[in-house]
Amino acid sequence: MLPVSMTVNGKAVTATVDPRTLLVQYLRDNLRLTGTHVGCDTSQCGACVVHVDGAARKSCTMFAWQAEGAKVTTIEGVANGEKLHPMQEAFREHHGLQCGYCTPGMIMSAIDMVNRKGNDLDDNTIRHELEGNLCRCTGYHNIVKAISAGARAMKG
Amino acid sequence: MYAFKFERPTTVRQAVNLLAKNEEGKLLAGGHSLIPVMKLRLASPSVLIDLSKVEGLSGVEVTPRSVVIGAMTKHKDVANSKELQAVMPGLAAVPGSIGDPHVRQVGTIGGSLANNDPNADYPAATLGLGATIITSKRKIPADAYFKGMFETALEPDEIITKVSFPIAKKAAYQKFKHPASGFALVGVFVSKRGSEIRVAVTGAGANGVFRVPSFEEALKKRFSPKSLEGLTHTAAGLNSDIHASAEYRAHLIGVMARRAVAAANEKGGAED
Ligand SMILES: Cc1cc2nc3c(=O)[nH]c(=O)nc-3n(C[C@H](O)[C@H](O)[C@H](O)COP(=O)(O)OP(=O)(O)OC[C@H]3O[C@@H](n4cnc5c(N)ncnc54)[C@H](O)[C@@H]3O)c2cc1C
Ligand code: FES
Ligand code: FES
Repeated sequence: MLPVSMTVNGKAVTATVDPRTLLVQYLRDNLRLTGTHVGCDTSQCGACVVHVDGAARKSCTMFAWQAEGAKVTTIEGVANGEKLHPMQEAFREHHGLQCGYCTPGMIMSAIDMVNRKGNDLDDNTIRHELEGNLCRCTGYHNIVKAISAGARAMKG
Repeated sequence: MYAFKFERPTTVRQAVNLLAKNEEGKLLAGGHSLIPVMKLRLASPSVLIDLSKVEGLSGVEVTPRSVVIGAMTKHKDVANSKELQAVMPGLAAVPGSIGDPHVRQVGTIGGSLANNDPNADYPAATLGLGATIITSKRKIPADAYFKGMFETALEPDEIITKVSFPIAKKAAYQKFKHPASGFALVGVFVSKRGSEIRVAVTGAGANGVFRVPSFEEALKKRFSPKSLEGLTHTAAGLNSDIHASAEYRAHLIGVMARRAVAAANEKGGAED
């Protein structure tokens, strides 16, 4: 067991964990931030995507100690108090979810996509960029619409 | 996953010493091949030696004759390198085709080449350009590096530090993706550098990446997809599994090779 410290959603946190602990387990089990989901645990589905030092990562494929000293943002950290993040708002507005299991990873990936590719995203780009995020419910169509609108809304 | 300890060296020498000291130790780069196999208990290192704090292992450096890529350089940083895109877009397209954006933000060239997955993309580019793998001990030419499925010439205490790719005027990669995994069902990298022609195939071989001398000979006369017309690759020695038969893979080698030559001629190999 060893202490692992990082900044999660702007707060300094520490927990004592086994080296095997994955970042997603640290977030869910130690910090009780259960918004980040585990869909596959085999690095494929993207339900576990969080931002580590500004880049989207599958938190099931990273040990907690690899994030020592890092700044981590999870789905719990994107809203501004009661006000949803524009990307969250767009998913609600455009019915970008059904069961909601994939949604935290979708939104974290979508925000990362805008950070890397800008606010004007065509559908083709969005679909390619979603290669690492699986949704078993929606058929993706409304997710693509939501990301397109959310990306524009993030402009200002 | 079995229990392990970890170390975070800051120099290559420290990392080499840790490897030498821990017979069951393993290097950790992006972890995007190693962590999944640890979860499956197919790997059970006693110590993980994390390379992320080692200085000087990342970056893409373009010189007049070669492109030198640090072992810890992430797929996205190679794909997005403007300097590389300017001199050899066909090589930049290779990491751009790997996995998904999240994988590309973490996975590294050194990890990919050390792993030598029979369906991975970088081995095709490395063999298809005749690159040199530079390690903590020596320089290994690509032709002597790949030793079979998940097997390489690396010794247990040897670390890849860089890979040097000669700049080829014409180079391109064409990948037929498995629709679910995104890995190459068959991928073909072709290059022409002066009179040297190389054709390297990933995804198809039961022993991993390999060259196709008959295609290379044919392309020496004229570097055109037409030169490959009528040429076929034997299905003997190719993979046959639930994803594709050996015959289908053999057919794809011809198709992907012709497409790769066409792409290399068109724009030096930039992706569509
Ligand atoms: C969902 C998913 C999709 C993927 N799709 C593709 C794809 O389409 N094409 C493709 O080619 N790959 C694909 N990959 C694999 C990906 O490219 C990996 O990142 C890569 O194969 C390994 O790199 P890594 O940095 O993650 O290495 P790690 O997993 O950290 O290490 C892999 C192996 O290399 C060793 N190693 C690492 N660095 C060094 C070094 N410098 N010197 C010596 N040994 C070293 C390690 O000890 C380990 O044995 C995919 C992975 C995932 C999870
Ligand atoms: S739970 Fe991490 S990718 Fe599926
Ligand atoms: S909404 Fe159910 S998995 Fe995407």
